[in-house]
Amino acid sequence: MNLITPDFGLFFWQTITFAIVLFILGKFAWGPIMSSLKEREDSITEALEAAQQAKAEMASLKAANEALLQEARLQRDKMLRDAQTVANNLLNEAKDKATKEGALLLENARRGIESEKNAALAEVKNYAVNIALEVAEKILKRELKDNDAQKALVSEYLKESTLN
Amino acid sequence: MATNIHKLLLSTILVLVVLFQSNQLFANTDVHENDEGKEEVFNPGEMIQHHITDAPDWHIVSIDGHHYSIPLPVILYSSQRGLAIFSSSNFHNETETYNGYQLEHNHIIAVDAAGKVDESVHLYNVSITKNVASMMLSAVLLLVLFLSIAGSYKKRKGLAPKGAQSFFEPIILYIRDDVAKSMIGPKYEKFMPYLLTIFFFIWFNNLLGLIPAGANVSGNITFTLFLALATFVITTLTANKYYWAHILWTPGVPLPLRIIILPLEVIGMFTKPFSLMIRLFANITAGHIIVLSFLGLVFIFKTIAVAAFGVPFALFISILELFVAILQAYVFTLLTALYFGSAVHAHEHDEDHAQGHEAAH
Repeated sequence: MNLITPDFGLFFWQTITFAIVLFILGKFAWGPIMSSLKEREDSITEALEAAQQAKAEMASLKAANEALLQEARLQRDKMLRDAQTVANNLLNEAKDKATKEGALLLENARRGIESEKNAALAEVKNYAVNIALEVAEKILKRELKDNDAQKALVSEYLKESTLN
Repeated sequence: MATNIHKLLLSTILVLVVLFQSNQLFANTDVHENDEGKEEVFNPGEMIQHHITDAPDWHIVSIDGHHYSIPLPVILYSSQRGLAIFSSSNFHNETETYNGYQLEHNHIIAVDAAGKVDESVHLYNVSITKNVASMMLSAVLLLVLFLSIAGSYKKRKGLAPKGAQSFFEPIILYIRDDVAKSMIGPKYEKFMPYLLTIFFFIWFNNLLGLIPAGANVSGNITFTLFLALATFVITTLTANKYYWAHILWTPGVPLPLRIIILPLEVIGMFTKPFSLMIRLFANITAGHIIVLSFLGLVFIFKTIAVAAFGVPFALFISILELFVAILQAYVFTLLTALYFGSAVHAHEHDEDHAQGHEAAH
């Protein structure tokens, strides 16, 4: 039957036509199309990956910043604490020093006062001795004349001396 | 699904056609469906046969007995008479001879001086017939279209597709991802040019066949034979040792079964491309026959009223054929990829298969 009998002419021309189409399209159409499709897909994949990477990098950067900030905060706190300690120490030292110095001054003053007092006492003693000697001298001079007079004289001199 | 509808409709129509034909005279066939106004007898079988088979010239339309057709070159060669090239318009009817050649049922035969068939001449007919011309037209369309698309890929490098490029890109990607990659596997790339070419070649020829006055190229057995043969040759030449081992000495199967399987597998090598050939041929030809049958009903009944039923149905089938055009191109490409896949599959496929066999027994 005509319908299912292969035809030589059509087969012949189809072989030529199909071979040409396959060759030309394979070389100049399918090749470039497939490669550019692949290229585009690759670039899309790359871009997506890059975006993902950037995101991850951002996140890590943020985390690093946070850590840095935290560290700075800690450092600041430490510095503040240190400064406080130093200040306290200084204050205490100053206080101690002042106290010590004050004590020393007081001690010196006390010592000065003591020595002044001793000196004054010594002077008073010398003076009293001199007075006593003078009185004794005068008594001795007077004794020779009158006993009563001598007594009056002594009391007079004594009166004088206690006033001193 | 489409094939089932085809079968159903085809059988219905054929029954109708036969019923009404039997009431009519089988008369001279030089009458076409356009001759509605005349009292000549209409033969739907002849009309359909005329439309779905090849012809030396490209018949467009006949009005009032005048045939308007595009003349095509007739190229004949025989060792006895040598090369002969002339226009198909030299054949006016089937009784006239030209240069010792005569047309008989659209076939060119060599005749002797007395007008009898010259049996001594072994004629090679490589004319540019209607089918050849239509196929070449599709080839030109393919070349122009896809070379320009490839050009726009170069021009618009890295940019989004545009125009024809964006229409065909999803189809190309579909062939690559869901046909080639899924059927062939990692070695799909070397088959891509062939798969894309046959897909678009079949699709375009299917579509050209749907144009009124178009040729039924993809519903021609020669056309499908060539493509099936090409698939068979590529499958056989690229096949690896696992493919041959699978056919000749199926692994993982007991010895007696191997002996039974061997001839089956060898037959299978040929039935696969054979089924490709028949499937495409039958689907496209059936579609054409159904459309023509519906339209033919009008002329069988000789009343315009039937057109109210016949024309919408013909339109419906025509639109269905638009879908079938791409579906059959897809099926052909898919199965081709499947056969390529079986030819280049690596070892693990056999292991799976063997396990499957053992599990089945």
